[in-house]
Amino acid sequence: MSPILLIEQVLNGLQFGMMLFLMSAGLTLVFGVMGLINLAHGSLFMIGAFAAAAVAAATGSFLLALVASLAAAAAAGALVEVLVIRRLYARDHLDQVLATFALILIFSEGTRWVFGSFPLFLNIPPYLSGPVTLPGGIEYPLYRLTLIAVGGLVALGLYLLITRTRLGIRIRAGESDREMIAALGVDIQRLYTLVFALGAALAGLAGALVGAIQSVQVGMGEPVLILAFVVIVIGGIGSVKGALVGALLVGVTDTLGRALLPGFFGLFMEPSAAMSMGSSLASMLIYILMAVVLIAKPSGLYGATV
Amino acid sequence: MTRETVVNAALTLGLLIVPMWALMADEPFIITLATRVAILALAGVGLNIALGLGGLVSLGHAAFFGLGGYAMGILASHAQSYTPLITWPVGIEGTTSMPLIWLVAVLAAGLGALVIGALSLRTSGVYFIMITLAFGQMLYYFAISWPAYGGEDGLSIYLRNGFPGLNTLVPIQFLALCYGLLAIALILSARLAASPFGLALNAARQSAARVQAVGLSPYRLRLVAFVISGMITGLAGALFADLNRFVSPTMFSWQTSGEIMVFVILGGVGRLFGPVAGAAVFIILEHVLGGISDYWHIYLGALLLLIVLFARGGLIGLLAGKAAHHG
Repeated sequence: MSPILLIEQVLNGLQFGMMLFLMSAGLTLVFGVMGLINLAHGSLFMIGAFAAAAVAAATGSFLLALVASLAAAAAAGALVEVLVIRRLYARDHLDQVLATFALILIFSEGTRWVFGSFPLFLNIPPYLSGPVTLPGGIEYPLYRLTLIAVGGLVALGLYLLITRTRLGIRIRAGESDREMIAALGVDIQRLYTLVFALGAALAGLAGALVGAIQSVQVGMGEPVLILAFVVIVIGGIGSVKGALVGALLVGVTDTLGRALLPGFFGLFMEPSAAMSMGSSLASMLIYILMAVVLIAKPSGLYGATV
Repeated sequence: MTRETVVNAALTLGLLIVPMWALMADEPFIITLATRVAILALAGVGLNIALGLGGLVSLGHAAFFGLGGYAMGILASHAQSYTPLITWPVGIEGTTSMPLIWLVAVLAAGLGALVIGALSLRTSGVYFIMITLAFGQMLYYFAISWPAYGGEDGLSIYLRNGFPGLNTLVPIQFLALCYGLLAIALILSARLAASPFGLALNAARQSAARVQAVGLSPYRLRLVAFVISGMITGLAGALFADLNRFVSPTMFSWQTSGEIMVFVILGGVGRLFGPVAGAAVFIILEHVLGGISDYWHIYLGALLLLIVLFARGGLIGLLAGKAAHHG
């Protein structure tokens, strides 16, 4: 494979990783602060994508669509937190898994009921479409490059939010001792709703951004959710930094695996066997990566030791 | 006699009466539904050993369900096309004999559970949930991208496999087989819970440190429980494949894991008959609600939410009161 193609694939991997980061950041925050495992996070991703597609179809503006995705996902997140999730913090993980599994059923079927089973489409706006020429003469789609930048900005924003603001201090305090900060007069319920809505908004944004590359359909959230789980297990649950490193690792590994493995097996196998062997192994590669990380560090790369 | 025993007896009676009535009224579809209940309950009985006894929240039991299903699919497809499974170092032919298929399914699922469990049990809590989920997905994607046995399209088997002395194509005879296996699994599960191993496992769930202090290894106890659990779920997978005469990667999907877990929790975690009650209610709901609305999953989701939030012992807990030893 030529170096140019390789660099393109690495960029693709970074772009994929950044989108996974947007998903994983919310999941890992919610787990770190509230100790909650939320399977319905993928549904928020889907809600963001559908809201964006609906608004883009109605107004024609991609920016408005993005705003809609953030607002819809945050609102859905806050609503679900107040109605259901709030009752689950004190429960064991089993109850949380089951209740959020139930939420997936409700969200997915509800969306199917409103929008139907056919996929919607969200177009890349003209000012972001087309390729740009990178240094070294590499042509790369501007939109995907924008996604990488957006992911980077969100990562920076989250870092500043958590380390530099009062809300960030409360989030960190909530992670280490929730009784104590409640005793100090912080409205812990409002903090939880806020964190949950923040995570939901990021998932919704990811849904809208990815929705412009893929089709927007019911069930689009669950595959991403599972990848996000892999990411936060690798990165260490509760660590936003771990989510970023894990997401980029998973994104690049998965993309390069799919691009390179069939060719690699082709060096010493017949083409059709190499193709099937390579693609099966590539689809399992990130899970193998996760297993290796967990064998070396059972609580992930940046996780607190359990 | 405790109230739970009464509920269990009523369930058993119901499971026996419904097919008999269906046989008399000539309703083969009801018999098929009862067969589904028995098979899915069997999968739940398997998961309940890990979940109820061991406290291991595995969201990846579809892996074992699928391994069992594919064991059946692969063996039967080779027998169907008269091609040997492998020719080297020894020639192995496919088979259509159920007992042999079950043996292979149980061994394959057990081996899978040994590998997955050995790795996953290094972690605990929420990591364990996610890593089992991820292993299930790994097998799912493998099944999709491996073209030799149908890939994404799955594998059809034209004739149901045979059992010596029975005609398995007659619904009631296949149902009897499934009931028999479910009964054996229930007895095994009850004996296991009362055995020294079961007690130690229960203790390890409540306090791993104390179990370790008396010289038992919680890791080993859990691994054994996980393997037994996977084997039973694998057997259910082989039966499920035989019921549908079709195997597909969906058996490995995480929705399958979620559903098996729903059976257990709907019925009551750690209750012997919990999975039976859960699977029965799930199938009835699917049948009744599915007839009313195409979007019946909404109602199922709402019902599940209500049970989790307000009826914590599941259905058996609701009927039999608090006696669950699950903490």
